[in-house]
Amino acid sequence: MHPQVQKYWHEVDCGFPPVADVFEECVYDALAVFSKPQMKAYIEAARVLGKLGRGPEPMLAFLEEWPSVVVALDGDVLEPVMDFVRAMQKSPNGQAIAPFLQTLAAVARRMHSPEQFQRYLDISRDLMLRTQGSIHGHHATIPSPGLPEFFGQAPFLANMLSLSGMRNWVEYGIRHYSTHPERQIDFFKLQSADSRAVMQRERHGTLFADVERKLDLTLRALWHETEQLVPYSTAFDELRKPIPYYDKLGMRVPDVFDDADGPGGTVSGLDRYRAVLAHMIGHRRWSRPQIADNWSPFQRMAVEFFEDCRIETLLIREYPGLRRTFLALHPKPVADACDPETTSCLRHRLAMLSRAFLDPDHGYTDPALLEFVGRFHESLANGESTTKEMAELALLYVTKTRRQSDQLARVHFDDTVIDYRDDNRHMWLYIEDSDDEDFFDDPAKQNKKPAEAQSLPPRHYPEWDNQSQTYRPDWVSLYEALHPSGNPAVIDRLLAKHAALAKRLKRLLDLLKPQEKVRVRYQEDGSELDLDVAIRSLIDFKGGATPDPRINMSHRTDGRDITVMVLLDLSASLNEKVADGSQTILELSQEAVSLLAWSIEALGDPFAIAGFHSDTRHEVRYHHIKGFSESWDDAVKGRLAAMEAGWSTRMGAALRHAGHYLSHRKSDKKILLLLTDGEPADIDVSDPDHLRADAKKAVEELTTKGITTFCLSLDPNADDYVRDIFGQHWKVLDRIERLPEQLPMLYMALTK
Amino acid sequence: MTDKEQYKVHKEPFYQAQGKEVVLYEAAYAARLPVMVKGPTGCGKSRFVEYMAWKLGKPLITVACNEDMTASDLVGRYLLEANGTRWLDGPLTTAARIGAICYLDEIVEARQDTTVVIHPLTDHRRTLPIDKKGELIEAHPDFQLVISYNPGYQSLMKDLKQSTKQRFTAFDFDYPEAVLEAQIVARETGLDEATAAKLVKIGQTARNLKGHGLDEGISTRLIVYAATLLKGGVDPKDACRMAMARPITDDADIRETLDHAIDATFA
Repeated sequence: MHPQVQKYWHEVDCGFPPVADVFEECVYDALAVFSKPQMKAYIEAARVLGKLGRGPEPMLAFLEEWPSVVVALDGDVLEPVMDFVRAMQKSPNGQAIAPFLQTLAAVARRMHSPEQFQRYLDISRDLMLRTQGSIHGHHATIPSPGLPEFFGQAPFLANMLSLSGMRNWVEYGIRHYSTHPERQIDFFKLQSADSRAVMQRERHGTLFADVERKLDLTLRALWHETEQLVPYSTAFDELRKPIPYYDKLGMRVPDVFDDADGPGGTVSGLDRYRAVLAHMIGHRRWSRPQIADNWSPFQRMAVEFFEDCRIETLLIREYPGLRRTFLALHPKPVADACDPETTSCLRHRLAMLSRAFLDPDHGYTDPALLEFVGRFHESLANGESTTKEMAELALLYVTKTRRQSDQLARVHFDDTVIDYRDDNRHMWLYIEDSDDEDFFDDPAKQNKKPAEAQSLPPRHYPEWDNQSQTYRPDWVSLYEALHPSGNPAVIDRLLAKHAALAKRLKRLLDLLKPQEKVRVRYQEDGSELDLDVAIRSLIDFKGGATPDPRINMSHRTDGRDITVMVLLDLSASLNEKVADGSQTILELSQEAVSLLAWSIEALGDPFAIAGFHSDTRHEVRYHHIKGFSESWDDAVKGRLAAMEAGWSTRMGAALRHAGHYLSHRKSDKKILLLLTDGEPADIDVSDPDHLRADAKKAVEELTTKGITTFCLSLDPNADDYVRDIFGQHWKVLDRIERLPEQLPMLYMALTK
Repeated sequence: MTDKEQYKVHKEPFYQAQGKEVVLYEAAYAARLPVMVKGPTGCGKSRFVEYMAWKLGKPLITVACNEDMTASDLVGRYLLEANGTRWLDGPLTTAARIGAICYLDEIVEARQDTTVVIHPLTDHRRTLPIDKKGELIEAHPDFQLVISYNPGYQSLMKDLKQSTKQRFTAFDFDYPEAVLEAQIVARETGLDEATAAKLVKIGQTARNLKGHGLDEGISTRLIVYAATLLKGGVDPKDACRMAMARPITDDADIRETLDHAIDATFA
């Protein structure tokens, strides 16, 4: 040991053998970057960490990581870090110190300034303080379960999220799982589904979900094609980054693109998506599969490079503006960056060639390269050329420029990855099964057919979180199914029972129905003379003034154009008997809905009926009873007759789903009529305000879609909350027995 | 008698035939058959009728129809004056009297009860009864009725009655083929054909979006506007945005897609 190092070793005063093993090396690293006072502080901090009584890990991590933290941040943050360490040591969170220090350098590399790093510390401290527990309410005694996990994930998070995104993600975890240690750990380990979903939402860059429609429009407008676009996740596949490709099932694109700073300027995430699509469209238009059995992987790679460039040249010919995007995204390899003595340079050569094909000002001077650029443009000069021709040219190029070193295991990868190009799996046909490891068309796999779906897949709906004023993404799973069928005669009997009421309704309906003629006055020409105006004109005329010639009136027809969706709450409370004890609310609802359906049918408005109930957020059942195009017949009556009540009322998801159907109708007026007997509630929600707020949000969403939601509540105490949820559009029915009469009347009043 | 000359088309309008429509129209006119011209907006329907009137040397009376138009707007009406009334012929009556081609533009816009007044003029009778005056006008031998309409309307309410439709021979117009359209744009504005072809290409991208957020694609008329701006020295991208992308949509996604098409076309 050097005497100076010996001195430092003496100063840290440490007896851990693992530290002794690496100490000398760490000190040399540190000496390279630290000034003298910094060095002193470094050794002092290491000494403190060694004395914490938490084993060698904290000290070891610090000694190894700290120099690169300082280099990455270009500033001194030792004081705040040590503050935080002391805070952890004083609280019950001591075992989080080691993970914190171990990932410090990786996080620091993602932060661009000491200020940003300070915000990371703030977020961590906030997480610690709000998730540690206390038994008596005075001193924290239970450590934060999520904190060590959070530090473990921190480098990954810092890579994917902006700091405000990380802040939101942590906030979400604290809010929802502060009382549930196991789930909190899952959340901060990024293992629960909503943890990943929230992270996805907070990612920086252009999310596929946000630009899907624009991409679809681009495909249609520029390329006259439509294709299913399927996003794949780029967040979790660390080992092998997936790249775009297309097959029979659609085009696969990444779920997010950051803006790219290429050699030729910045390219927005949206334009990167467009470049990917344009490239794949080009392949679809111009590439033909080649039989690849006799070609080596190198040869195939060269053919792919040539073919990619051919189709891009053709694309640029079609839309010259694409050249800017392609060149900005295409790396520009430096001519002698690769040493052919020690490294395999084929990729590098091909990337340069590819650049030269596309960029007239490439500036490379290699004679072989220039020759092939000339031949490439020559073959494309008169027409589109073919994949085959490109393949021949590529094979020639490989032969001509071949070097022994191409076979070396060390491959030069810098500046050779062109990330808007797809993986070209469509270009190859194999006559025999390949023994390539990454052979993707495994015939055994292809023959497996996916199992037939038994029912509709669930639809996921977000739920509004009132506390944070954000949506919980994909929170509720809604299963839609056809309601089981019963005996339609039951409904006919119910209608017969209310024959007197039906007669009364019929009179009202008849009054409502011919409400189609509207008088239009002050017409020069019309079907009738408007006497008042005519006399006034005559007086003017006799008096010598210029009379008003608009003395007629005519009629205009004013038809109804209303679509209505009746949504029934089928929760367990419907099984209760009403006050006089003869019928359950469910039976009354049945009668009421039957009469309503009969009335609407008589009016001729298109209408649908559906029921819903829920058993936690994982299972909201949505029963289809009548669709808009079905007529009021025995099949529908049968389903209505079989109506059963059970479970709870998660209103928001059902409203959103019903609204989804209504929004596709073309009508002037769309009405969602909700019949419920209580407030939104579910067994997995303890805070009653939460589902109310969500239902309110759902109603607001529907309003923006042009759907009017009206609630008829059978809960006499509903005044407390219906106004909050439905604004002005609600009515509480105090005497439930009158429901069969009231519901059709209400509908008529609403649509008069 | 009304002055015939004012309705004559004196200068040859530029019209580039897309097919045999000129010959066919001449044949229809020779037999005085009523003609219906269908097609999307701005594809050259009105220009075609104007051109044919010029070619045949007949006066042309054009009526732009709207939903407030009544039968008397076509036939004529009594005007009240201080000491009595005076009859004023409507454009249809005038055309029938002087032997002009009467062109009812966008006929579906007119109310259905209005359109039936043309019925007696469009069959073998070739008469126009004016009930208010108690007069029956025999159409002049040169009189012909031409209507145009745009079947692309999404509204189910706006369609012609079968009884009206079946009184006409019809031409189906559409935007011309790309090459032809570029020539038309070049000829109309004096722009070079290569640039005109680029404009047409942008126009076609929008036409691909019809039904996916756009009710109508970019018409030849708008392309001509863009070309005119370009010719006047406006930057190509600005001209396209102003004349082609902005007018047709308020949908931000579509606008961005069209902007992208413009950027991609003009490098």
